[in-house]
Amino acid sequence: MSDLITLTIDGVEVSVAKGTRIADAAKRIGNDIPVFCHHPKLEPVGMCRMCLVEVGLPVRDRATGALLTNADGSPQLNFGRGLQTACTIQVSEGMVVRTATEPVLEARKSVIEFLLTSHPLDCPICDKGGECPLQNLTMAHGVGQSRMHFGDKLKLDKHVPLGDLIYLDRERCIQCARCIRFQEEVVDDPVIRFHNRGRSLEIVTLSDPGFDSVWSGNTTDICPVGALTTADFRFGARPWELTPVASICPHCPVGCNTTMSTRREAMANGRTVIKRIMPRQNEAVNEIWICDKGRFVHHFADHANRLTQPLIRQNGKLVETSWGEALDFVAGKLQIDAHMVAGLAGARLSNEDLFAFQRLFRDGLKSQNIDLAKRRLAGGDVAAQVGLSSGSNLKDLGKGDAILVVASDLHDEAPVWWLRVKQAAERGATLVVANARATRLDAFAAFSLHYEAGQALATVNQLVSMAKVETDTAVTNDIVSAAEALFKAENLVIFYGSEGLAYDETDALAKLLGNLLLIENGHKHAGRVNNGLVPVWPHNNTQGAWDMGVHPAYAPGYKPVKEAGLDATAVYAAVANGDLKALYIAGADPVGDGLMPDRGKLDFLVVQELFLTDTAVLADVVLPAQSWAEREGTFTTGERRVQRYYPAIPVVGQSRPDWQILAQIGERVGLGKPAFAASLTFKDVARIVPQYKGMDYRTLAQVEKQWPDVGGEDLYYGGNAYENRSGLGQQWPVTAEKSAVAHFDVPTVKTGRKDGLQMMWTAVLYAPGTLVDCSDVIAPRKAQPVAALHGTDAARLAVADGDWVEVMVNGTAVQVTVRVDDRAPVGLVLVAGVPWWPGTAVADLKKIVAAALAVN
Amino acid sequence: MANLLLRHRDIPDLHKIDVYRKHGGYEALHKAITEMTPQGVIDVVRSSGLRGRGGAGFPTGVKWSFIPKGPGEKYVVINTDESETGTFKDRELSEKNPHQVIEGAIIAAYSIGAKTIYNYFRGEFMDAGYAMEEAIREAYAAGFLGKNILGSDFSCDFYCHYGAGAYICGEETALINSLQGELGQPWSKPPFPAVEGLYRRPTVVNNTETLANVPLILVNGADWYMSLGTDKSPGVKIVCMSGHVEKPGNYEVELGVTYRELLAMAGGMRDGKKFKALLPSGGSGPVITEKALDAPLTYEGLTPHGSVMGSASVIVMDETTDMVWAALKMLHFFKHESCGKCTPCREGTFWMEKLLHRIYEGHGTPQDVQTLESVANQIGGRTLCALGDFAINPVLSTIKHFPEEYRAKVQGSANGQVKAAARTAVA
Repeated sequence: MSDLITLTIDGVEVSVAKGTRIADAAKRIGNDIPVFCHHPKLEPVGMCRMCLVEVGLPVRDRATGALLTNADGSPQLNFGRGLQTACTIQVSEGMVVRTATEPVLEARKSVIEFLLTSHPLDCPICDKGGECPLQNLTMAHGVGQSRMHFGDKLKLDKHVPLGDLIYLDRERCIQCARCIRFQEEVVDDPVIRFHNRGRSLEIVTLSDPGFDSVWSGNTTDICPVGALTTADFRFGARPWELTPVASICPHCPVGCNTTMSTRREAMANGRTVIKRIMPRQNEAVNEIWICDKGRFVHHFADHANRLTQPLIRQNGKLVETSWGEALDFVAGKLQIDAHMVAGLAGARLSNEDLFAFQRLFRDGLKSQNIDLAKRRLAGGDVAAQVGLSSGSNLKDLGKGDAILVVASDLHDEAPVWWLRVKQAAERGATLVVANARATRLDAFAAFSLHYEAGQALATVNQLVSMAKVETDTAVTNDIVSAAEALFKAENLVIFYGSEGLAYDETDALAKLLGNLLLIENGHKHAGRVNNGLVPVWPHNNTQGAWDMGVHPAYAPGYKPVKEAGLDATAVYAAVANGDLKALYIAGADPVGDGLMPDRGKLDFLVVQELFLTDTAVLADVVLPAQSWAEREGTFTTGERRVQRYYPAIPVVGQSRPDWQILAQIGERVGLGKPAFAASLTFKDVARIVPQYKGMDYRTLAQVEKQWPDVGGEDLYYGGNAYENRSGLGQQWPVTAEKSAVAHFDVPTVKTGRKDGLQMMWTAVLYAPGTLVDCSDVIAPRKAQPVAALHGTDAARLAVADGDWVEVMVNGTAVQVTVRVDDRAPVGLVLVAGVPWWPGTAVADLKKIVAAALAVN
Repeated sequence: MANLLLRHRDIPDLHKIDVYRKHGGYEALHKAITEMTPQGVIDVVRSSGLRGRGGAGFPTGVKWSFIPKGPGEKYVVINTDESETGTFKDRELSEKNPHQVIEGAIIAAYSIGAKTIYNYFRGEFMDAGYAMEEAIREAYAAGFLGKNILGSDFSCDFYCHYGAGAYICGEETALINSLQGELGQPWSKPPFPAVEGLYRRPTVVNNTETLANVPLILVNGADWYMSLGTDKSPGVKIVCMSGHVEKPGNYEVELGVTYRELLAMAGGMRDGKKFKALLPSGGSGPVITEKALDAPLTYEGLTPHGSVMGSASVIVMDETTDMVWAALKMLHFFKHESCGKCTPCREGTFWMEKLLHRIYEGHGTPQDVQTLESVANQIGGRTLCALGDFAINPVLSTIKHFPEEYRAKVQGSANGQVKAAARTAVA
């Protein structure tokens, strides 16, 4: 911040960075210049005219350039000819701004009067009423009475669906274009625009389906009136009835900070329910944005199908039982030969749950057979050493820096990372994307390396070895140029995922990329702030699972165990062949996910879940767990930020938090009294896991002033949802920050690729699954099973757009529709909306005639 | 003096390139490219005192000199949006003397280092556009456009673009947005087009008539041009005479003639009626009355009378004109053409039209006239572009000059008071 500019606003001197607009500078000294169209996250446009102020510039002698002074020695000022917009004008040295003069106050009054001439003033039935910038600024600056005859008001449509999720009230719209600008400038989804002109100006959608953007909900947050409302919250509650509860999004590894607005509701028999989810400001994580999945997919927490009581199998049927009976029974059944028992967990559980899970197995049952049910992405151990350094913020990346994204479609796997990577690229960071197919990030990439399916490791290997040696500048292929760009970068952040890769390939990939970060060519990357590796984990708390030691080879804190247990793949094999007698599954559905066909030769299966999943129906005991909305806990993001969430709704039935259930079973196998609260379990975590040392629920709840200030006391940036009063979380430091890290030995991996047309699973945001299926509001956007393939492949296979074909997914035949899309690479079929499978497989597409279509 | 811009009136078939060349056409371009540096061209245009003929009157040479030197794309955009009420000069130039405009534009492109010229026509100007396009084809064939013009290393292409018919697209930034395929809305300056214009590159936007002057200046010199017109407003201007005159049409005059002389030129008042008022700049300038008729047609001439020359589209009104009706007509136009981007113009013009319509219909009250005036003043000086200021001019100036006509309307309304009282103003 060397380029500081000093100006005076209403007699108060303030120094701000060059390029700052007057309105933002005023905000720094608590002077709220009212605005409607302006938003600090958007480019200024100066169209609402609410922020008009008087701007004086020091007068200089034309010949000498010297500042002219008045008789009293004060600088001469030229206030121009009229009022100017504080949101568009950049500060300059010696500028004097007046925001409280008669003309300024009069201008504010008149703009408010103008805005209200066309506004319906239906505040009593408006969703925004109570947290509405127009309402607030009218109270602050309006005259209270209009001179416009009521009959002269324009009447317009009040229920215009822009899409399935967002409705427009044309009467309430004040044409500030915040929504349009957000969609265009911030998220590059320009699917809504102005149409027509003058008083007929209206917002229309250009996409089919309407408002086709995974960011659409954010427009309702930044809308300064009640013109845009969500299908979820619309007419649902008045803002002042709502209680804000801080939470963390449970969907992806970004860990967006959210606020759940809750209310007791007659329709829910007096229960407190979640009425809406909005972003909570965390400038290091999600700033003030969340994707629509995070906003709308929450109804599973309150769903009627939630398990409410422990179930036990009697005479072949699952019947309700008491907790005491269920826990005793489970504890008895698990205390067998430690080699014959195993535990598989889901990566959406909290750190406390996962810690209790591994403790039950390692300390209680003396078994190392624990793993995540879905082994999709390896490298947690690599990230623990060279992961993104603590104190990093993707917002700080720009010119001179580089970002590498390998084998991941960030837009659909971790939307806010996609957004922040895109913005870093727009600020000048060199973006290199390597994948087997084109993704939406390619548009912002300096280099898009599209390798052949199965060639990910070879490509990255080339990239790494290029970066290691001085390259011949005459060679101009993309990999070399990309390697050079990465090599030159001041800061380097690497994201990697598992698209088209088998688990052991992702392990090798992580290590290769770790080595890339360890190469020091002028710039040290590993261990330095704004540098490091970020795994694009498949779930919100896969990072926490690694940290907590839910891994057959690692105890908590990445301590290698003496003798590694069975991993999930081995567990599924053992289930089938009888090498395992008892299996405990917490928060996962391997049967539904196609990873485990049935309960095999198991003697005993216990499932701890929210719903009676495909796995749970096969169990001997089903234990009802609480969702994240009913309790507190912590999740750890892919950037290794440990974040706290808070209980928002009352407990469903007799369900208990996972950590408590596990600890109560632990008590029965000799682990002592269970902790009373999640916070106490977290104390154990902080004691045992070295990386979490010093953290507790108080430190995780600490906040500090964040800029831009969009959630404070002002009257115009939004409701109460942005403000973060509940914690910014803590990022734990990687090994490389403290000590030297040795290069990783990269294992040789055979791809096992067979010749022929390949097919690869690709992620989609609204993939079908327990959570998405329980949210009716998102139903129209739910991903359908689709196989996208190139026109030449389609021609060869004689399939056309819209045809149904059958593909084998994890040994099960699945029906999918064909989408002929030349963005798919030749020779590779991209399958989405079906259960995940690792790596690539030979695509055996069988066309099905209409008569053979399964009715579903 | 012979016409300089409307030369086609003296020379048949001037729109054809061989005729145009026979009468000195493209000699200025030849001179510029073979004898002058780009900076030399800018210097001559600057010292000629040529100012923008679209209405704003910004010195043309100064505008060109704002374009940053150095590499990278730059653009010349010709503004043939000509949407001001009562303006029809650029249409005649485009249809009948297109080569003079093209030549001027190529010279402008040469001087700023632009390789591309766009001519933005209002959507209704099909005939003018087609005539221009034919002339462009001829210019390409003759080597005045395209690669290596006149054997130099200067290359330039010329494209015509047709808007969808919006007044606001005559404002340079709205024009640029429209040209890019965006909604025709202006942006808040800075950035100025000279720095960030078309496709975010330095851009000169010049009016058609302005560019038609350029070849004359280069051939005859800056001093010759300075000798025309007045000291502060040198040169010639096409005046569009319309309304209640005997002979409406375009008249080319040296700047400095009086409005009274212009009236005489147009054959005087139609049917011998008495003069009442005129709009000197289409709908956008305040009306002037008899008192101001001896003012000169210059950029400064009407300042003492509270009005402007603008694009010199003179709409004349005789004694039969209802000034409230005239104001309503103008206001309706601006309300219809307001782009809707900024609040005061969008909401204000809508509201004002409601008020004025009520007054005109005889249902208004004296309070309505006051409100009308006050709303107008809430627009003035507070809008993003000049359209808001234009919109209030006809209303405020007719209230000022013809208050009795407004009084008559509101007093003539027998039930106006009653109606007004019945209506409740709702906050």
